[in-house]
Amino acid sequence: MLRIKCPFCGYRNESEFSCGGEAHIARPSAAVSDKLTDSTFSEYLFMRENPKGVFLERWCHTSGCRRWFNVARDTVTHQIYEIYPAGKTPKTTIGKKAYQVNWRRKSKAEVASKYLKRTPK
Amino acid sequence: MRHTQSHRLGTNNATVTDKQKSVHFRFDGKEYIGFEGDTLASALLAHGVHLIGRSFKYHRPRGIFGSGSEEPNALIRVIKGATAEPNLRATQIEIYDGLIAESQNRFPNLKFDLLSVNNLFSRFFPAGFYYKTFMWPSTFWMVYEKFIRRAAGLGKISKRHLEQNRYEHKYAHCELLVVGGGAAGLQAAVIAAQTGIRVIIADEQHKFGGWLLTDNNFNIDERPAINWVHDTVKKLQSAPNVTCLNRTTVFAAMDDNFTIMAERVTEHLANQPAHLPKQRLWKIRAEKVIMATGAIERPLVFSGNDLPGIMLSSAIRSYIKRHEVLPGTRIIVFTNNDDAYFTALAIYEAGGFIRCIIDLRKNPKSQIITTIRKLGIEIKTGHAVITAHGTRHIASVDIAAYDCEIQAPISDISHMDCNLLAVSGGLNPVVHLHSQRKGKLIWDDRTLCYRPNNSSVQWVSVGSANGTFQLTKVLNEATKTTSIIISKIAKHYKISKTEETINGPKSDDSKQNWAPTPAWLINSGQPHLSEKTAFVDFQNDSTAADIKLAVREGYHSVEHLKRYTTTGMATDQGKTSNINAIGILAESLNKSVAQTGITTFRPPYTPTSLGLIAGRNIGSLFDPLRKTRMHGWHQSKGAKFENVGQWIRAWYYPQEGEEFHQAVNREVYATRHYAGLIDASTLGKIEVKGPDAGEFLNRVYTNNFANLPIGKARYGLMLKEDGMVFDDGVTTRLAEDHFFMTTTTGGAAAVLAWLEELLQTEWQDLKVYLTSVTEQWSVASISGPNSSAILEACMSEDQNITDDFPFMTMKNTFIAGIPSRIFRISFTGEMAFEINVPARYGLALWSHLMQVGKEYNLTAYGTEAMHVLRAEKGFIIVGQETDGTVTPYDLGMDWIVSKKKSDFIGKRALERESMNEPQRKQLVGLLTTDPQKVIPEGAHAVLNPNQDTPMEMLGHVSSSYYSPNLKHSIAMALLKGGFNRKGQIVYIPMLNGEQPIKAKIVDPIFFDKKGDRLHG
Ligand SMILES: [Zn+2]
Repeated sequence: MLRIKCPFCGYRNESEFSCGGEAHIARPSAAVSDKLTDSTFSEYLFMRENPKGVFLERWCHTSGCRRWFNVARDTVTHQIYEIYPAGKTPKTTIGKKAYQVNWRRKSKAEVASKYLKRTPK
Repeated sequence: MRHTQSHRLGTNNATVTDKQKSVHFRFDGKEYIGFEGDTLASALLAHGVHLIGRSFKYHRPRGIFGSGSEEPNALIRVIKGATAEPNLRATQIEIYDGLIAESQNRFPNLKFDLLSVNNLFSRFFPAGFYYKTFMWPSTFWMVYEKFIRRAAGLGKISKRHLEQNRYEHKYAHCELLVVGGGAAGLQAAVIAAQTGIRVIIADEQHKFGGWLLTDNNFNIDERPAINWVHDTVKKLQSAPNVTCLNRTTVFAAMDDNFTIMAERVTEHLANQPAHLPKQRLWKIRAEKVIMATGAIERPLVFSGNDLPGIMLSSAIRSYIKRHEVLPGTRIIVFTNNDDAYFTALAIYEAGGFIRCIIDLRKNPKSQIITTIRKLGIEIKTGHAVITAHGTRHIASVDIAAYDCEIQAPISDISHMDCNLLAVSGGLNPVVHLHSQRKGKLIWDDRTLCYRPNNSSVQWVSVGSANGTFQLTKVLNEATKTTSIIISKIAKHYKISKTEETINGPKSDDSKQNWAPTPAWLINSGQPHLSEKTAFVDFQNDSTAADIKLAVREGYHSVEHLKRYTTTGMATDQGKTSNINAIGILAESLNKSVAQTGITTFRPPYTPTSLGLIAGRNIGSLFDPLRKTRMHGWHQSKGAKFENVGQWIRAWYYPQEGEEFHQAVNREVYATRHYAGLIDASTLGKIEVKGPDAGEFLNRVYTNNFANLPIGKARYGLMLKEDGMVFDDGVTTRLAEDHFFMTTTTGGAAAVLAWLEELLQTEWQDLKVYLTSVTEQWSVASISGPNSSAILEACMSEDQNITDDFPFMTMKNTFIAGIPSRIFRISFTGEMAFEINVPARYGLALWSHLMQVGKEYNLTAYGTEAMHVLRAEKGFIIVGQETDGTVTPYDLGMDWIVSKKKSDFIGKRALERESMNEPQRKQLVGLLTTDPQKVIPEGAHAVLNPNQDTPMEMLGHVSSSYYSPNLKHSIAMALLKGGFNRKGQIVYIPMLNGEQPIKAKIVDPIFFDKKGDRLHG
C-alpha cells in the first residue's frame, strides 16, 4: 500500500485515495468536438495511456478532504516524483518530460481545443 | 496409559524446553506428556512419534521434517472448545495442558489409510494432472470431482470458528522494523534502540535468539552466546522506544514499507483470557525495514526421500539443543556441506549413535571434519544415499560412491540400516519479503543460493537472509548496515568506536568457506524408476519425474513449471522445495541456475487465517448499515426490508396472513384509489450553491436548468461523457444561486463524486459549491387521489392545495408545526407531494401523516409497491432499465435532450453514428398473452422459441410485475430495434422445460397514458 502525500492533509495510506487515471485530458467543448470526426473524438473519450514508467495521473483524497490533485508516479517502482495541483502542469524535469512525450499532446482533439475557446457559457 | 519419553535426553541444558514443568496433551486420541516450551513436534518426537500425516495426492506416510515454519508435512488440526483450526504446523504449535491435536488427510487412520492406494497408481497423477483432466467437455468434472475432493483433504474448518474466536487489527508506526530476532536481528535492534528512534522487532518463534538457541557453543562479546541473547533481549524489552514481539510472523511486505504481521496472542495458552484476542494483525508503516529473516536448510532429492524418519539435519540439531530430544537411535547423516557435521557433533555429544556420514564431496577439508574424524565417526566422502527404504518409517538406505560431475553412482550399492537420516543440501536465505517488495535476487554460484541484491533505500537484508552465513560476519554486517540505515533517519547518529566490531565465535568454521557441492537430484542409475519417488515438493507431492515430464512437454520457464507441476504452490510456498526444483529444471535444460531464474514470492509468507484478515469487520460490522429516522415505525408495523446500497428500506408491510404479492397488490391498489405514503428519505440530496450553479447544472444535465424559475422543480437526466445515462432526479431552484438536487438512492455518492471531479478538474473557473445533505432531511412522499385532502388537513395555514400549489413547484410551510419543504412532484403518476423535514422530525412527521390519513384510507407502501406504481406509468429506474450502455434515445426520452444548449456532458457522444443505429436495444413494454403470468426479470426475449441453441437474443426484460390496477402482468424490456416492433409477438424461453412465455410488444406506459391523474 502506497503512502501518498495529499497536498492538503499530508501523508496518508493509499486506501484513503482513489486513482482517476490519466491526467491532462482536456475536454473539448462542444464548439470543438462538433468539428471532430467520431474517431478523433474517441481519442478523447476512450483512449488512455498505460506506460511502463513515469505516468501523470489524477488522484482524489476520497476518504479525506475529497480534493483532486495530480501525481507523477513510476508505474514500475511506484516512486512518486511530483505531486502538483489539478489544472496545472508538472514542474519537475521528469514530470515535464512525461507530459511532453504523451501522444495526446499531438492528438487532434487536444490541438483543436487549444485554438478554440473552451466551454463557452 | 501415558507413553514414556523414550527419546528425551537426560541432561538439563535445553535452551527452550523447561523440564521442570510437565504438560499433558492428546494427539490422535492418545495421551502424551511433554514439557513447557515444547512444540507439538518436539513433544511427539520425544515419544518416538514421527508419522504425522498422509500426503496430499498419493497419501504417502509423512513425518516431521523441519523445526519451524518451513515444515511441509506436519499439518495438524487443533481442537479447542467447540472449534477446531486446521493446517497448523506441528513445528510451531506450542503445547499446553489439555491440548487436543489431530492428524489430517488420513482415512480411516494414519497407519492404515485406504486412499494410499493412490500411491500404487501414481501414473494417474502426472505433472499437469489438473490441466489434462479438467478439459471440455465439462461432464468429466463430475466424474473426477468427488474423488478429487475426497483425496484433496487439507483440513476441515469449523463453521462456528468466528463466533468463538476473536481477531483484532492494530496499526503501528516506527522508524525501524527489524524482522527476525536471531543474531542479526537482535544486533540490529540493539544498535538502533540506543539512538532513541522507535524500533519494532518481531520474531515468529516464542523465544528470541533464532539459530543461537541451537548453535551456541561459543562466546559473543566475551559471554556465552546464550547469555548474550538473554542480555540483548532484556535490554530491548526494557527500552521504552522498542516494541518486542515474539510469536509474530511478518507475512507481507508491501509498498512504502507497509508491513503486515500476525501475532499469535493466546493460541499457546490453555485458558484463553477473555480480554485478549486469539491473534492480532499488525499493520505497520515503517520508515526503514531490516530483514534479518535467516536461512532455511534445503533437503537432498533422492528416491524415497519423503519417508518418516528422514529429517533436515539442522532440524535434528535444533531438537537436540532446544528441546533435548534425539529423534533416532541409529543415525546416518547425508550432506553436501560442512553444516551437517555440527549435527553429527550434537548427536555425538547427546550420546547418539552415528552409523556414518555420507558426504557428496570428494575431499572436504575443515576443522569440524577433523574434529568428527577424531571422534571415530565414519565418513564416506564422494558417496551418496541412492535410495531410502521403509514402509511407514525409514529402515535402511542404499549407498554408493557417487560422482557429482557426471551425476551417477560409480560403484556397487551397499546397504545400511538406520532409523534416522539427517539430510543437508545447503542453505536458502529467506528472501520472501525482499521478493514480495519486488526486490531482485542474485544467484551465488559458490554458496549455491539466491540472495537479495540489496539496492533499495527503504529496506535491507542482513545476516544469513543476505547470504552471509558466518556468525562473526553476520554480527558485524548487522552493526554496519544498521548504522548506515539509521544515519539516514537520525542525522545526528554516528557509529561509536565500541559498536564497530563485535567479537563473535572463532571456533564456528562451518560457514567460513561455505561452499556446498551442487547435487540437485541423486541419480540412482535407473532414473525412470527412482525419480517417481524422489520428492521435491512434499506438500504438493511433486516429484523429480514430474519436473522432467513438464520439461519434456515444453514447460521451460520457472513460472510455467511451477504452475504446471504445482511445485512450490502449497501452503509452505516451497520453502524447502523451490531451489531444488529450479536446480533440477536447470540441469534438465542444460542451463545454469542463474539463467533459469526464480519464481516471485508473494504474500503471505506463512498461511494466514482469514479470520485474522477480517478482524472485527464481520457480522453487523462488515459494512455500515444506514437506517432512516422512520425505521422504528416500519419495524413496529412488521415491515420486510430490502438493502439498497448501504440503506435498509421498507420493502412491503405484510398484514396478518398476507403473502408478499397480496401485500404489494394491496399497497399498490390503495395508493391509486385512496392514498399511499412511502419513506423516501434515502434519496440522494445535494445542495448546489454559487453564482455559477445554474450554468453548472446546465452542463451536467441534458436539459436546461439555467432558466428554471425560483421555486420551480424540474426532472433532469445526467449522462456520462460517453452519452450513457448515469443518474436522474428532480432538481429545484431555491434561489438565484441555490439549487436542491435529488439523486437516486444508490447513485448519491457517485453523483456527488462525479460533480466534484468536474468542478475541481474540468471547470475550475466555475464558482459552485456542493454539499451532501442526504442525511439532513427526512422525506415522506404522499401519493393518490386523497393526498391533497390529507395534506390540507395537516397544514397549519388554510390553503387550497390545487389552486396554490401547481405541479413541479416547491413550497416552504409547516406541517403539524414542523418546518417543511414540500415538492409537488410524482413518481407514481398520481397527485403527489414529497414532504422534506429536518431529519430529526422524520418520525414525528410520518406518525402525524399516518394519524391524520386514517380517515382517508392512507396506506404505507414499500419499495416493491413503488416499483410497480412507477412501472405502470412507464417511469424508468436508473440501474434497472439502464446498465451503462443505454442512452436517453434508447429509453425513448428524446424530449429531455436539449437541442438548443451549446454543450452538456455526453452531448458530442450522443451524436456519434453508432448512437443512432436503429437496431440498438430500445425500451418497450411487454404484455403477456396470459395476464396472470409474470415474466422473470432478467429473462431474454426471442422471436422464434423453436430455433436451435444458442438462440438469437432480441434483448432482455428489465422490470416485470403484476399490476393490480390493470389486473394484468406488465413488463419493460430493452429489445433490439424495439421502437419499430410495437405489436409484434416475442417469446421468453424458460428453464426446466417450461413453456416459453408469449408476450406482445407495446408502449411502456400502461396506465393513464395522458397523465390526467397527476392533477387530481
Ligand atoms: Zn486530503
